[in-house]
Amino acid sequence: MSSSLVSVAYIGAIILFILSLGGLSNPESSRRGNLYGMVGMLLAVLATVFGPRVTMDGLPWILGALLVGGSVGLYAARKVQMTQMPELVALMHSMVGLAACLVGFANYIDPTAALNLSSAEKAIHEIEVYLGILIGAVTFSGSLIAFGKLSGKIGGKPLLLPGRHWLNLLGLLIVIVSGYQFLHAETIHMGMLALAVMTVIALLFGIHMVMAIGGADMPVVVSMLNSYSGWAAAATGFMLNNDLLIVTGALVGSSGAILSYIMCRAMNRNFISVIAGGFGTGGGSPAKSGGDAQPEGEVVPISAAETAELLDSAKSVIIVPGYGMAVAQAQHAVNELTQLLREKGVNVRFGIHPVAGRMPGHMNVLLAEAKVPYDIVMEMDEVNADFPDTDVAIVIGANDIVNPAAQEVPGSPIAGMPVLEVWKARTSIVMKRSMASGYAGVENPLFYKENNRMLFGDAKKVIEEVIKSLQH
Amino acid sequence: MVMLIGIPRETLPGEKRVATVPEIVEKLVKLGFKVAIESGAGEAANFSDDAYRAVGAEIIAGAPQLWAASDIVFKVAVPTSAEVNMMREGGTLIGFVWPAQNPELMQQLAAKKATVLAIDCLPRQLSRAQKMDALTSQASVAGYRAVIEAANVFGRYFNGQITAAGKVPPAKVFIAGAGVAGLAAIGTAAGLGAIVRANDTRAEVADQVKSLGGEFVKVNYEEEGSGGGGYAKVMSEGFLQAQRDMYAQQAREVDIIITTALIPGKPAPRLITAEMVQSMKPGSVIVDMAAERGGNCELTEPGKAVVKHGVTIVGYTDLNSRLARQSSTLYGTNLFRLAEELCKTKDGIINVNMEDDAIRGLTVVKNGEVTWPAPALKMPAPAAKPAVASKAPAAAHGHGSGAPMSARSLALVFGLGALLFLLIGAYAPAAFLGHFTVFVLACFVGYMVVWNVTPALHTPLMSVTNAISSIIVIGALVQISPSSLFAFDRPDGWIRGLAVVAIALTAVNMFGGFAVTRRMLSMFRK
Repeated sequence: MSSSLVSVAYIGAIILFILSLGGLSNPESSRRGNLYGMVGMLLAVLATVFGPRVTMDGLPWILGALLVGGSVGLYAARKVQMTQMPELVALMHSMVGLAACLVGFANYIDPTAALNLSSAEKAIHEIEVYLGILIGAVTFSGSLIAFGKLSGKIGGKPLLLPGRHWLNLLGLLIVIVSGYQFLHAETIHMGMLALAVMTVIALLFGIHMVMAIGGADMPVVVSMLNSYSGWAAAATGFMLNNDLLIVTGALVGSSGAILSYIMCRAMNRNFISVIAGGFGTGGGSPAKSGGDAQPEGEVVPISAAETAELLDSAKSVIIVPGYGMAVAQAQHAVNELTQLLREKGVNVRFGIHPVAGRMPGHMNVLLAEAKVPYDIVMEMDEVNADFPDTDVAIVIGANDIVNPAAQEVPGSPIAGMPVLEVWKARTSIVMKRSMASGYAGVENPLFYKENNRMLFGDAKKVIEEVIKSLQH
Repeated sequence: MVMLIGIPRETLPGEKRVATVPEIVEKLVKLGFKVAIESGAGEAANFSDDAYRAVGAEIIAGAPQLWAASDIVFKVAVPTSAEVNMMREGGTLIGFVWPAQNPELMQQLAAKKATVLAIDCLPRQLSRAQKMDALTSQASVAGYRAVIEAANVFGRYFNGQITAAGKVPPAKVFIAGAGVAGLAAIGTAAGLGAIVRANDTRAEVADQVKSLGGEFVKVNYEEEGSGGGGYAKVMSEGFLQAQRDMYAQQAREVDIIITTALIPGKPAPRLITAEMVQSMKPGSVIVDMAAERGGNCELTEPGKAVVKHGVTIVGYTDLNSRLARQSSTLYGTNLFRLAEELCKTKDGIINVNMEDDAIRGLTVVKNGEVTWPAPALKMPAPAAKPAVASKAPAAAHGHGSGAPMSARSLALVFGLGALLFLLIGAYAPAAFLGHFTVFVLACFVGYMVVWNVTPALHTPLMSVTNAISSIIVIGALVQISPSSLFAFDRPDGWIRGLAVVAIALTAVNMFGGFAVTRRMLSMFRK
């Protein structure tokens, strides 16, 4: 295959990738979109393997590696539970990061890569290598930690080292100094030393960055790492003078960046402050600063049987799921309840907050897994105006995303965050294990509202009890 | 000492309500109180003495005995001077008092060294007070009953029907004033299938009217009519003229008019003139809920239903007594909620805490001292403003970018961008610039494409971009065995090792990512 043919194949792959992302604009076209992605990938790989830059000697190696990696990937894809999706995605990001590192190192020790380059071009090439490895290493270690946090292997609490901003600054300085030495290295070995120092610092930085971020900020982190893995691919593309890699990397990178932006806006927080870690660390003690006005009123508990009665007489119900639903694996029970109510002619809908769960779209995937039809699963803005006409709003394992303090208490740490206005429904029922406050450490005045009832217990068990009482 | 709550039989002619009902007595007893009922007090509302006795109330025959025995008296109608005379010195009275209209009564109560909580003086703007708001609960019942009374004398169906005997058009109902009573009437009439229109001088109630199934009719004149405490205020002459035109037009069109307009401390506004009544279709009905205060209709005769110009004008002033059981139950619940506030210790002893805004407002006489009117409540600055402000970004959320950036930050972004491009253009070699162009354009394409992704598919988006980012495999593929084998000291073994590992890692991603995306997407179904 000539190099022109390869270039044309690459253009085809680029178009297919763009169509693949475009297909996700609605669930109908998304399946075809995924197919486009697969075809594009196949086209790109085949064109490369049979192109002029790979000889047949390498084929056994390539096939072997693809076989091993591919079977692991397919196995994981088949086995993973939908509640574990965030972990899987994080783990996969780390692999892209590591691969980018490895390709960078291999490229650096390959003397043919920088052959026939002028000095300016050589410098640029080396900067590309350096940056590619840097981004790859941060993505790798950061994603591994994110994986650990999401799967519960590492505690979800943010780890805040003293003077952590200074530590990061120091790391940045070392990275710049070694970059300078790397560019002026006389031999491969000296360059390698600088590269190794930078890699270690980058790995540590990745670990430190994600360790400092708490559980509920994970949607931002996961989408940010998604973005990084794209930039790593783009940097590799620059290094290899390969436009396909550059375009694909840029597509993935901007996609991740947009997701991070959406998540941050949904929490009304600044991207920098999320990445800098902790909640409200800028403003001293975060927990009680908005809590001077202790919520007025009483917490009124309700039983599963009473809940069933309320639901039985309701005409419209909105269910607001949160991370608690994922933890309790309650999505199937929720679907059963939904079906039961729909059979009785109740208008059941779901209201999804953009940051509900641990990754963007987490709740949608869980509900889809439980076979909840997607046309009754609404976004926050679609459903918020309907709460005043809703008889019962059920909140399952969510807290901050339904906190009226975001609108009512100007001094609250979550003030201004868009929330689902469940308290405007005639009755709201909050399913929760205890009265503990949410991730942001803010009291939730919703629990004290007159039309709110608390249904304590494990979400799955409680919903099953409600279903039982509804059935007779 | 545990206090005894006494419930006398209402003495006002036509008053059928009673201040508490058996199911509430049970709750009062749980609060620690003793409860005594005058024999026959609940009869008119269909609650027998036995029903009260069964839940632990004492039955006392004769009003003087009951008044004498009671520490606290719950009443519905404003007490007569005879009743106050029977009251125990230093006792407590809870019920409707209307201190502004009844100055002599206030003097008499003060002379008795009484403590009086007037349920009509409740600061209604406190959200905590809503559960005690008897004006609301009673008005709501009256609004319901007004529609029933109208239906009773109206000669047709409310809902439109197509029957074998022909088509029946739906009744058109116009409701003047969308306060509590008006809203209850709108809901009831809409529930019966009528076409409901309503008007109020307060434009902000339009949404409430719509939510109950009514249509809001605007007066063609700009003026804000919201007075304090949820009432309307008196309007300007220009407005009134426009309003009269609107009413005249409605009168010609509709079958039933229900008027609920009241202004505190003033006679009811005259909304429906004799000419308007004349212009109505024969057989039409007017229910004037403001009859007690002079009536909204010129031809209303308070307490009676009369037919004038072929239109039945209902001016009953006892709508609540016509639904006595429901009114009593709601009223009893309001008083019970008040008792709860007064007796937080649940030991059957009340504490009239004047520091509490709600109780301060209710208390018109304290131990013989007139404390009415209560000082105006200092309400916290309305929370509506920040709520509105915080809604703005929420509304902007969705597809496409939000509010445009401020001019300054926009200038900053463009400035930095220009500087960056200048640097790159000055120093970078041509080959790099070609790739850079592709990179920047690809970022923009990615930006455009990804904004169109529906939020429901964000997780599949991440897993598919993940799979796509394994395109990095190409970098490893070209390293494994390059054709240009003229290399002098290429460490082939090392490079191949690194490349093979990289290929394996990306393969996990590639296959795993696409497969898991496929699995997820196949789950999304209608």
